[in-house]
Formats: sequence, C-alpha cells, structure tokens
Amino acid sequence: MRKLAALALIALAFSACKFNNADKPTLPIMGNREAVTKTVNGKTVVDTVYQTIPDFKFVNQYGDTITQKNLKGDIYVADFFFTTCPSICPIMHRNMLKVYNEFKSVPDFKIISHTIDPKHDSVAVMKKYADKLGISGNSWWLLQGDKEKTYDLGQKNYLVAVKQDDGTPGGYVHQGWFVLVDKQKRIRGYYDGTDEKQVAKLIEDIKVLRAEVNTQIAQ
Amino acid sequence: MKLKVIGFVCVLICIIASCQSDAELEYKRYYTGGAMMYMSKCQNCHGANGEGLSGLIPPLTDTAYLNKNRHQLACFVKYGIKETIITVKGKAYEGAMPANVDMPAIDVAKVLTYVGNSFGNKMGLIPVDEVNADLAKCK
Repeated sequence: MRKLAALALIALAFSACKFNNADKPTLPIMGNREAVTKTVNGKTVVDTVYQTIPDFKFVNQYGDTITQKNLKGDIYVADFFFTTCPSICPIMHRNMLKVYNEFKSVPDFKIISHTIDPKHDSVAVMKKYADKLGISGNSWWLLQGDKEKTYDLGQKNYLVAVKQDDGTPGGYVHQGWFVLVDKQKRIRGYYDGTDEKQVAKLIEDIKVLRAEVNTQIAQ
Repeated sequence: MKLKVIGFVCVLICIIASCQSDAELEYKRYYTGGAMMYMSKCQNCHGANGEGLSGLIPPLTDTAYLNKNRHQLACFVKYGIKETIITVKGKAYEGAMPANVDMPAIDVAKVLTYVGNSFGNKMGLIPVDEVNADLAKCK
C-alpha cells in the first residue's frame, strides 16, 4: 500500500514537471474575427481572419507624418488622451512612463498616444507636453490629426469609447485603456491604464509578445 | 484577588487611552478625513506619494514652499490655479489646476492637514477657522 502511494506520488511529480514545461505563456488574439473558407491545393479549408488595425495618417510631436508604415515590424501600445485632461490622463501617463522607461531602448517597440482634442493639442502643444513629461526620442509618439478619424479609429478599431461630451469634466469621455498591438497589427491585450497592477501585467505581456514574435521569426 | 488586579489594569488602560488630548483627536479626525479626500480628489494628478508628474504636475513634497505659502493653499484647493507659474523645488510649473468650488471649508482644512503632514511635511493641524480666514482673502 505504501509502495503504491509512493509510486503515485512520483507519477504526480513527473506529470507536474511536464505540465510546467508545456505551459509556455502566449497572449490571446482579441477583437472581432471571422471564419473565411478558402481553397488550398484543391481542399476547402476554414481559416480565421483576425481583426487588424488599419492604416492611418497622423502627425507626431516633432511634426513628422506617421502611418502604419512607421510602425512596421513594431509591437506597440496605443491609448487616447488630451493634454488638458483633468481626470484620468495624469495617472495613465504616470503609469505609461513606467512602460516607456522599461522599453525605450528596445528597437521594435513603440507607444502611440492619440489626442482626442486635436483643436487644442497642436504639434507645438504636444511637443511641450512631451518635454514636460520627460520623454524624448522616437519610442513614444503623441499623435495629432483629424478628429473624426481619431474617434473612428478608437471606436471601430481599438474598440474603446471616445467621444466629446461637454457635460463631463474636461469635455471628453474616454476610457483609460492601454491597447497592446502585435507586429501583425492584431489586438493582443487591454489594460486599465489607471491601475498600477494591470500596467505591471502589460510590461510582462510585452516581454511575452516580443519572445513569441522572435521565435516565430526564428522558425 | 486576581480579578481585582485585572480590573485595576483595565481601568488604568482606559484612563491612559482617554488621556489623548482633544487637540490630538481633532488632528487625527482631520488627517484621516483628509486622506480619503486626497485619494478621490488629488491623487490622480499629484500621486499616491505626492510625487507629482515629471514637469507637468508639481509634487507636494516641497515643505519650504508649503510653509511659505501656507495661507494661499486653501485658495489653491478651492479655486484652482490658472495661468500662474508656480515654482516648486526650483522647477517652474505652468498649466491649470481644477477648482473645487463646492468643497466646504472643513473639507479644505482636512485635505490640507493631510497633505501638510504627509510626504515628509510637518505643518501640524490646519484648522477650519484658519481656512475660513484664508479663503476670505482669496484673489
């Protein structure tokens, strides 16, 4: 009886080891998806097409035009803010600074913050904001451009709420989501930018995503 | 006998506990109330440790500044700051601070007592009477 118990224990220990080895973390693919039926080599196969972030055209804090081309081969985190925001933006960008400081010297990573108040947040205003926030270089872009296009991108593509509402403090409704996007422009995670713990998770997930992409390239 | 000793000790503890002066109790009431208010009204911008945010939002850790401007602080909390450049810890900050026009003087006093005695500051109690007098002089 005792021998049997010992054997069972050993078996359990082994299976635990195996489980740990196989459990390599991967991030889910989020957003809308659709099944597409296509014919490959005469056979009908069903493939899943994931939602991707489409091309856009905005201007960063240096006055440079930025499109998806400038983000080619990059993992990035996107958020929506405005420089005069009295509510959640300061805490979001206090937390985003942690992400920036962790990855600012990594070549394939970027942060893009879209202003939802482009009328006030001109390139000059954004540059000043960047300087005061203490960010430089090209790893964190503050993007400014057509208001409708910014709102569309937020609502239809990143699937976060952004709208103007003069009844709320500051005049705009927006959520504090940080959206993680992979090199194929697919959404891989949402993190509450006002929550320190979730932002710590974001930093960990960026490391996981970078490892994932690098192994895919290696294959 | 044993019971008597225990009883005596209990009475002694009660006496010592109630020895906390009224002033001390008042301070604690202000401080804890102010802590709650700070979390809901100030922390987003000024941070959990009063550290501010880079060059955008000033920290609340400049004890010399707070002491020097003690009688202005109530005005800052209640009416906000507009188009004034504030120099804290040798760094100039511009931009606006939102007003809290609906905040009663007692709450202003509580939040100031909290800030004035946190993050390395030691200003002591900032009573509501002082706040009322300061608010009357706001520009």
